Amino acid sequence: MSKAILYDATQCIGCKQCEGACAEQNKLPYNDTVAAESIQSDHKYTVVLTKDDKFMRRLCQHCDHPACASVCPVGALHKTADGPVVYDVWKCIGCRYCMMACAFSVPKYEWGSLNPRVTKCIMCPDRVEKGLATACATACPTGATKFGDHDALIEEAKDRLKKNPDNYVNHIYGLQEVGGTSVLMLSAVPFEDFGLPKINRLGDVPLPEYTGRVMELMPDFIPLWGLVLGGVYWVTNRRKEVEEVEAEERAMRGGK
Amino acid sequence: MTIMGIKVTFWRILFVAIMIVGIYSTFVRYFQGLGAVSNMTDQFPWGLWIGFDCLCGIMLAAGGFCITGAVYIFHVERLHCIVRPTILTAFLGYCLFIVGLLFDLGRPWYIWHQLIYMNPHSVMFEVGMCVMTYTTVLFFEFLPNVLERFGLQAPIRWVKKIYPVLVILGILLSTLHQSSLGSLFLIFPEKMHPFWYTPAQPFFFFLSAIACGLAMTIFESTLSARAFGRGLERSVITELAGALYVVLWVIALLRVQDYVHRRVNIFAPSYEAYFLWAELAMAFVIPLFMLSFKKVRTNPQLMYIAALSTILGFVTNRLNVAMTSMETWVGHHYLPKWTEVSITLMICAMGFFLFSLAVNYLPIFEDEHHEEHHSEAAPELSEVRQPTLVH
Repeated sequence: MSKAILYDATQCIGCKQCEGACAEQNKLPYNDTVAAESIQSDHKYTVVLTKDDKFMRRLCQHCDHPACASVCPVGALHKTADGPVVYDVWKCIGCRYCMMACAFSVPKYEWGSLNPRVTKCIMCPDRVEKGLATACATACPTGATKFGDHDALIEEAKDRLKKNPDNYVNHIYGLQEVGGTSVLMLSAVPFEDFGLPKINRLGDVPLPEYTGRVMELMPDFIPLWGLVLGGVYWVTNRRKEVEEVEAEERAMRGGK
Repeated sequence: MTIMGIKVTFWRILFVAIMIVGIYSTFVRYFQGLGAVSNMTDQFPWGLWIGFDCLCGIMLAAGGFCITGAVYIFHVERLHCIVRPTILTAFLGYCLFIVGLLFDLGRPWYIWHQLIYMNPHSVMFEVGMCVMTYTTVLFFEFLPNVLERFGLQAPIRWVKKIYPVLVILGILLSTLHQSSLGSLFLIFPEKMHPFWYTPAQPFFFFLSAIACGLAMTIFESTLSARAFGRGLERSVITELAGALYVVLWVIALLRVQDYVHRRVNIFAPSYEAYFLWAELAMAFVIPLFMLSFKKVRTNPQLMYIAALSTILGFVTNRLNVAMTSMETWVGHHYLPKWTEVSITLMICAMGFFLFSLAVNYLPIFEDEHHEEHHSEAAPELSEVRQPTLVH
């Protein structure tokens, strides 16, 4: 059963306990300076953004069809059956295509390191595997970040929208975006106010399809194009041979 | 002026200066990391090195497959005399692309992972494999130069035997990776400006590689004619000019069709529009106007300008695709740091240097003398020009 996170911004109080728990889980430094940073970075995998009296959590969306995993030439990123999109640092060659491909600009890079890694929220795969909730969901005092079964959380999100339509923007962010994500979000204010990509700009087509359409032509294209080139070569070469023989014959006839 | 028996010229001083600065930046790159050497950030993970060294480098080296294809597959014999210099350019181009990659990759020492951890869904994987294989093909296409230099006839015969296979393989691989460089950008539909996000990007990348391959061949023939004081094959330039004219028209019409089909208004002024106009002017308007005159197509000096304009136009195009098109999404501008630029310059300078080195030590232009003058004797070792670097 695939797992997911439901984040309800209307229940968030901006206490940043999720940030601290995330840092602890991933063995990252966390202090007042880091807490004040309002941007995801190589040492901050999740961040609670504040705008007026509203909050929004940013973390990896854990797409159902992750663009980052599809573009990685060495397959360093992949989505597990449980839902997390995880990263294998050993395979990574550092091309940073994942960072380019991510519609949510989630993967960050250790620019200062001599052996840099791509960093992002990996949805605590060790905990999830053991049947535990993610560190952030466990730490959340209000239940704004909730961990559970993907399908059940979708139902719950729909339910919340139905019960209190006035409290929310009528949209479950992550239900359809780029083909659906394992992180679902509800908010009282438009998501783009917090730097999330506009809903209409993303669409619901899984991003890997855009390159997949071209890549799937390759197995047919390679033999076909090879055959055409070989054929052209054969024809022009044959023509040249015939010309040479004919010239020879003409010369011989002329000689007679 | 001479120092220690080496003649000092402006170009040599410039070369040494570029190398010194470049080597300094190389130290910064490998001892302080990518963050210290470049202006790349989490928001702009791809910068000048991907935009220019990789995307443009591969495009400018496309002459190799265009000319070998024309000569060996379509038997356009008139172009035979430029096969060797174009293969040299292509081979150097691809080698330098790999050098560029070693700077850009965050963990270049794991580059071989590509061979064991394959992800066939990744466009980058396909590009990587094609480039790797094609560089090997180019090595074999280039090999006869070296073998001839040392008078090894038997292996030359072996390479000649498989030459058509090499050429077909080269075109096949080039078609794949030249277009796939465009496919790399298909996965960011939401990020790129509509001027440059088009589902037809693979076609445009492939076609612009052909245009630039031809333009680069013209540019380099004219330049080396001047630099090495050898005769220029006017008929060849005219031939290439005609081909370039046709290819440019095809691309121009397809670009117009693409914009009309996607209903993109390219005339409204905006930050991106200025870059687009610059690109279109240099890649299409100037060369197409010039090439429409027969006087230009038969004049090497004017062709040099037309080719240069084409090259600059398509370089701008690729930089626009890789950088300008993302700026609005990201919300700020990216300008390469001087150390970043200095490494790119160093790689280019290495290209020029290796080209002149090869021309001086290897029978790159010898082949053409046979073709042109039908001289009977094969060049003896002693006949190969004494090594003199670019004046």
